[in-house]
Amino acid sequence: MNLRRLFALAYKETLQIWRDPRSLAIALLMPLMQMAILGYGVSLDIKHVPLCVYDQENSQQSRGLVQDFVSSGWFSISRRLEREADIRDAMDRGSCNAAIVVPVNFSRTLAMNGTAPVQAIFDATDVNTTNIALGYAQGAMAQASREFVTGWAAAHGTQPSLVGQINLEPNTWFNETLDSRNFIIPGVVAVILALVGAQLTSLTISREWERGTMEQLISTPVTALEVMLGKLTPYFMIGLIDAGFCLAVAIFWFHVPFRGNVITLFTTTMLFLIVVLGIGYLISVRIRSQLGASQVALLVTMLPTNLLSGYTFPIDQMPAAIQALTLVVYARYYVTILRGVFLKGSSLTDLWMPIVGLSVYALLIIWLAARAFHKRIN
Amino acid sequence: MTSGEITVGNPVRTDVDKTSAPSAPVTVRAHGLSKSFGALKAVNNVDFTVTAGEIFGLVGPDGAGKTTIMRMLAGVLSADTGDIEVDGVDVTADPEQAKLHLSYMPQRFGLYEDLTVAENIFFYGELFSVSRTDRLVRSQALLKAAGLADFQKRLAGQLSGGMKQKLGLICALIHTPRVLLLDEPTTGVDPVSRREFWGILYNLRESGVTIILSTAYMDEAERCSRLALLHAGEIRYCDTPARLKATMPGVLLAIISSNPRALREALTGQTGILGVLLMGDRVHVRVDDPAQRIPEIRASLANHHVEITSIEQVVPGIEDVFVALLGSEETA
Ligand SMILES: Nc1ncnc2c1ncn2[C@@H]1O[C@H](COP(=O)(O)OP(=O)(O)OP(=O)(O)O)[C@@H](O)[C@H]1O
Ligand SMILES: [Mg+2]
Repeated sequence: MNLRRLFALAYKETLQIWRDPRSLAIALLMPLMQMAILGYGVSLDIKHVPLCVYDQENSQQSRGLVQDFVSSGWFSISRRLEREADIRDAMDRGSCNAAIVVPVNFSRTLAMNGTAPVQAIFDATDVNTTNIALGYAQGAMAQASREFVTGWAAAHGTQPSLVGQINLEPNTWFNETLDSRNFIIPGVVAVILALVGAQLTSLTISREWERGTMEQLISTPVTALEVMLGKLTPYFMIGLIDAGFCLAVAIFWFHVPFRGNVITLFTTTMLFLIVVLGIGYLISVRIRSQLGASQVALLVTMLPTNLLSGYTFPIDQMPAAIQALTLVVYARYYVTILRGVFLKGSSLTDLWMPIVGLSVYALLIIWLAARAFHKRIN
Repeated sequence: MTSGEITVGNPVRTDVDKTSAPSAPVTVRAHGLSKSFGALKAVNNVDFTVTAGEIFGLVGPDGAGKTTIMRMLAGVLSADTGDIEVDGVDVTADPEQAKLHLSYMPQRFGLYEDLTVAENIFFYGELFSVSRTDRLVRSQALLKAAGLADFQKRLAGQLSGGMKQKLGLICALIHTPRVLLLDEPTTGVDPVSRREFWGILYNLRESGVTIILSTAYMDEAERCSRLALLHAGEIRYCDTPARLKATMPGVLLAIISSNPRALREALTGQTGILGVLLMGDRVHVRVDDPAQRIPEIRASLANHHVEITSIEQVVPGIEDVFVALLGSEETA
């Protein structure tokens, strides 16, 4: 390998990127935009879960309970129902994701026993939203419980022996809102980098074929390895900038707590970039038209990273066969790493498993990419 | 294209003799070279040898296989069968070794349009590991010879067609190639630029560079030391322009007429007429025996009411030779 040729290629590629400000702007701004869209998408969904209310009692106390749900800000009442059977119908139509049923004798039972059951029903089609909504419901219930307890204490002068009306007390301490968002946003960063990274490099080789510059390039002594490294270097820099943007947005805009250290974040991000840029490059070598290459890159990265990286759908809830399949989805390793670094402050050694997974992937991709390009027209 | 330019061919041949002595002879040898695309035999069993200091021309109609041969010589397209030797290196076996001493200019402009003239030169200089001083000295000299010295900061995409071709040549010459492969380097280039282009080529040949080029221009073909006449993937004739002219059967007459098309109509198929070729305002008629045929032609044209200004015997141009040779191949 000749470093001089490698630098010449990297310099040439950088000049070309620089001379194409539109593409450069897309490369740099796209991740930010996606970050905003996906990041807000996550928090918006979670803010207003549509709720159906079937209040059989309709007393002051039952209305107070419903009001606790609404004022939590996590639910908005989409329908008030008159019959139990309407719940199913409303859920089927998608007009609500959650329903609460307040029984006829709610306030009486509560006054007598110090506890009363309230039924909550969730549309479990979307496991993730359900989990989050369940957490909210518990939060709202806890709030209602606290109000009830204060009221009881004021009336009776003592604490009731039985506290909350509803099960799952421990969750009252748990702030679900922040937690799910914190959980998902590092995943969003991984998905965006996987998409953008492959897009960036999917055009490098096909562009030379399309513009007719490849024929002369391959008639020189430059080697396939030099072409690969020379072309990937500038995109690696752009990838790092993109990663920096996305991570900064996660930390400073969405306030995801960052408990780990920057070195760990930096090294693992570089490892991930090698994989995603390498995959884009491989596609670019195989497909000689820019449009085709970019579409294949989108297809190859979009579905697996969205569905199988564990960023929205928890991997441990997937069927065993699908779980096995996620092992080849490189984004899953980075999702795990980012969550660990952000939320748990994990170190490189804590994360050895996903790091090994990603490293194996990186070596494989580099090996394939280095062998993929041939200095031949046919 | 006219007889006036034929004289250009002669000094070229004497030049060859002058420069055959210095520097180690570098040869390009193709042997049994074939390449098919599906059922199409683009190049079929081609043999030729080019020695140092020669300008070897590949000439033939569109689709004859010129580009395919060039690409195989440059080591960017693999041959189906046959082998190529460049300077003792087997290109088919070790193309990368051969590429160190070779420069190739593809038919389609192959440089970066979003890079400036100077940046393209720098890039190719680096790829061939040319030292900084060599690069500066060579590029200044080449830019000056090509009339591009004032355009170094211009993006290659904003150059005229001729300037682009000259820039291509400069990039090809920024290192010291022993073999230069040029695929239709002057197509779309104005006459002045073409003269500058050829000036550079002659100088290179003096220094012992082996040049192989394909061309669609007949006046350029005349300037080559030797020509390979390609047709349907095969070399039909391969010789110096002068000897190719000598192989042309018959004698050439130039007839000037106000209605050359009617003239061609009238003469085609007449006995003793070997070929009729429109050349702008005149018609080239190839005949077996001028003494006998000239009066016959005059009579026949008078019959057909075609007026003519003059009939005279002329030295054939290379285009006449090609049409004659390929035409007879066609009917054979
Ligand atoms: N990559 C390819 N795939 C299929 N057919 C090809 C390919 N390259 C060339 N051909 C065919 O091979 C034949 C020879 O083509 P080639 O480009 O070598 O001709 P040429 O003499 O350079 O023509 P031109 O004067 O038009 O440049 C043509 O019929 C062409 O269509
Ligand atoms: Mg061609």
